[in-house]
Amino acid sequence: MLLSIRSLTKTFPGTLALDGVDFDLATGEVHALLGENGAGKSTLIKCLTGAYHRDGGTVALDGAEIAPRSTVEAQELGIGTVYQEVNLLPNLTVAQNLMFGREPRRFGLINTRAMRAEAREMLRQYGLELDVDRDLGNYSVAIQQIIAIARAVALSGKVLILDEPTASLDAREVEMVFDVVRGLRERGLGIVFVSHFLDQVFELTDRVTVLRNGRKIVTERTADLDRMSLIEHMLGRALEEEVEQQGAGKAAATHPDLLHFEGVGRHGVIEPFDLTIGQGEVVGLAGLLGSGRTESAELIFGVRPAQTGSARDEKGALDLKSPRAAIAAGFGFAPEDRKTDGIVADLSIRENIVLGLQAQRGWARPIPRAEQNRLAEDYIRRLDIRTSGREKPVGDLSGGNQQKVVLARWLAMNPRFLILDEPTRGIDVGAHAEILRLIHDLTGAGMSVLVISSEIEELVAVSDRVIVLRDRRHVAELRGERVAPDAIMRAIARDGTGDGETARCC
Amino acid sequence: MNTRALPLYATIVIFLLAYAICWLQFPAMLSTRVIGNLLTDNAYLGIVAVGMTLVILSGGIDLSVGSVIAFSGVFIAVLLRDSSLHPLVVFAMLLALTTAFGAAMGFLIHRLAMPAFIVTLAGMFLARGAAYMLSIDSVPITHPFYETIQDAYWLMPGKGRLRLIGILMLLIVLAGMIIAHKTRFGASVYALGGGEATARLMGVRQGRTTILVYAFSGCMAGLSGIVFSIYTGSGYSLATVGTELTAIAAVVIGGTLLTGGAGYMFGTLIGVLTMGLIQTYIVFDGTLSSWWTRIVIGILLLVFILLQKGLLKLSQSRLIEAAADR
Repeated sequence: MLLSIRSLTKTFPGTLALDGVDFDLATGEVHALLGENGAGKSTLIKCLTGAYHRDGGTVALDGAEIAPRSTVEAQELGIGTVYQEVNLLPNLTVAQNLMFGREPRRFGLINTRAMRAEAREMLRQYGLELDVDRDLGNYSVAIQQIIAIARAVALSGKVLILDEPTASLDAREVEMVFDVVRGLRERGLGIVFVSHFLDQVFELTDRVTVLRNGRKIVTERTADLDRMSLIEHMLGRALEEEVEQQGAGKAAATHPDLLHFEGVGRHGVIEPFDLTIGQGEVVGLAGLLGSGRTESAELIFGVRPAQTGSARDEKGALDLKSPRAAIAAGFGFAPEDRKTDGIVADLSIRENIVLGLQAQRGWARPIPRAEQNRLAEDYIRRLDIRTSGREKPVGDLSGGNQQKVVLARWLAMNPRFLILDEPTRGIDVGAHAEILRLIHDLTGAGMSVLVISSEIEELVAVSDRVIVLRDRRHVAELRGERVAPDAIMRAIARDGTGDGETARCC
Repeated sequence: MNTRALPLYATIVIFLLAYAICWLQFPAMLSTRVIGNLLTDNAYLGIVAVGMTLVILSGGIDLSVGSVIAFSGVFIAVLLRDSSLHPLVVFAMLLALTTAFGAAMGFLIHRLAMPAFIVTLAGMFLARGAAYMLSIDSVPITHPFYETIQDAYWLMPGKGRLRLIGILMLLIVLAGMIIAHKTRFGASVYALGGGEATARLMGVRQGRTTILVYAFSGCMAGLSGIVFSIYTGSGYSLATVGTELTAIAAVVIGGTLLTGGAGYMFGTLIGVLTMGLIQTYIVFDGTLSSWWTRIVIGILLLVFILLQKGLLKLSQSRLIEAAADR
């Protein structure tokens, strides 16, 4: 074995990020490392690259135990890493980037000509003919990614870790990068490949290791796995009991159409999709991380401008170029990362709740303090926010109560369409149920809701209709009785072929 | 062609155009006398701007240099007046002092992870205060060695005099070009300016590079102070107020990106000469107020900032087009 990890353990205050993980990497192998958010992939990689220092277990490279303390040390040992965001300098030339720190010198000065020649030679091995004197930033992300790989291989040359290298590439570019990776496999490197794109895992890798909640679930030859079992490994199978509770009582109620989105898309972010939202309807977005769930919501809400497509309601066309326009159209968006995008931790509950409303009214018409107090008290009671008072800083509340404050802010603005991205992440079980109940209540009052969640049972519990995404594409729509964990999992897993019954390709 | 080099070309074109306009109006402008004076009069600015260029390339800023120049002048004048040390010994002491001063600021910037703006602002007050402590009067320098180097020049064809300090400035620019573009240290400076986190991942020793950059700037400020004392023949603690800002302006007009990571040392020389040219024009004209220098410099700065923004937009849209083509 080129690299062998035994019972690797890493703890952070309050969490066991890695719990006795084993991992092997052979020479001439591409080994996929899979898992949902928080499964421990990046912790494992950071232990290998020296960014973290492990708490327990052994890591052996070529039979000798190693404990790198910095990226540079890991590189010298032979472990190179290429990240999703290219970690090269766009303001230097291609040659400077490739040769940085090992420039050929003559009389103590950099020999530019030799550097250029050497860089060109390096790239030729990867089938690239570039003007190495141009700035790196002039080239596409795919080319930059290959240059980053070339640099990492030249520096380390034993183990190459690719941490979601294809996340911002289109299909043709992915193929380009894959050709390079295959070439390196033939040269005998061991390659760790992290990706959310299962198609790519099946296309490229020899073996797969799945992590979940800091534990290794399975290591198997890719050829012996099918998509369904792989997704089961990733998401877990603790779903059965939930299904029992659901199943019944989900009448395929009809909802009058409220909003239509047609052909909304953005190059490299999400393929154009159509979406209709009914009044009082809950639509769930299901898919693996990186499948385009959040991106769909961001396009609808104008966080990222859509390049194509249009939106309209019963009155006419809607302009969704910015969050401001979306709010004016009666939309609300509670983002996934509550702490950075949702709450202002140092402000009080009252201030957080009136924030959106005040922004809508404009600074010239302050909301009277008595009105603010009334609003805050009202929502604290209605949403059952557990707090000692309305003036408490939101940062001091528990996750579930913070989430309720974010909801309260949007509700105070009385939106007709609310987007909730992972509304229950990091919330304890009790609050979890309350949030779900709240969504039910809201839709009962006529509000439409779009819920994004990686917990399938949660989507099943709350949604009237579920749209399944895969590889940045809306691939299927399930409604009525078909909104069930098994069906969703199958839709996530199904590869390109599709079946006519439920797939509604966009 | 790299879009990065466009500001440099723009600077050169603007300088040549401006010179052509001056020449059309006053044919005498194209004499070696004027050129010699242009280099001599701006020698201290050119030297300090070389240090500033490196600092700005690294993504930082050094506000202390104007005060350090004034301090240097007073330090030299007082030491020469009150002791029998040879000026060369005094120069060596001064350069060691200002280099250490710059290194100390660099150390603080790195170790405390403080903005360079604040640390060097403190350095600015410190150096100015130290100059006041040495003397609040203008101290004349009357050492015979000074007279020798003040009179040293190379007579160019056309009877123009290129004085020693002008030659020194050109040599320093050359040295700056070699350091910035031809050494690993220079590459590290560009890398830091391009992105600290990435630079660290690529193996740049951030602390060492930061300290060296500010030490270099301190050394250049000291050297500039020596040149300024030769140029004026005295040391005065109220001299060169605001020179750090003039130097920054010269660097930006020279095409260096104020956010760091892109620019050329040669551009800074052109930037300094452009500013000197405007001043010369006003002297030739005779009727214009000297404040016009500042107004023109202000306009030029604006033009360059707009140009850089425009180029950034241009290269980005080109990338998007390239992506759309595929």
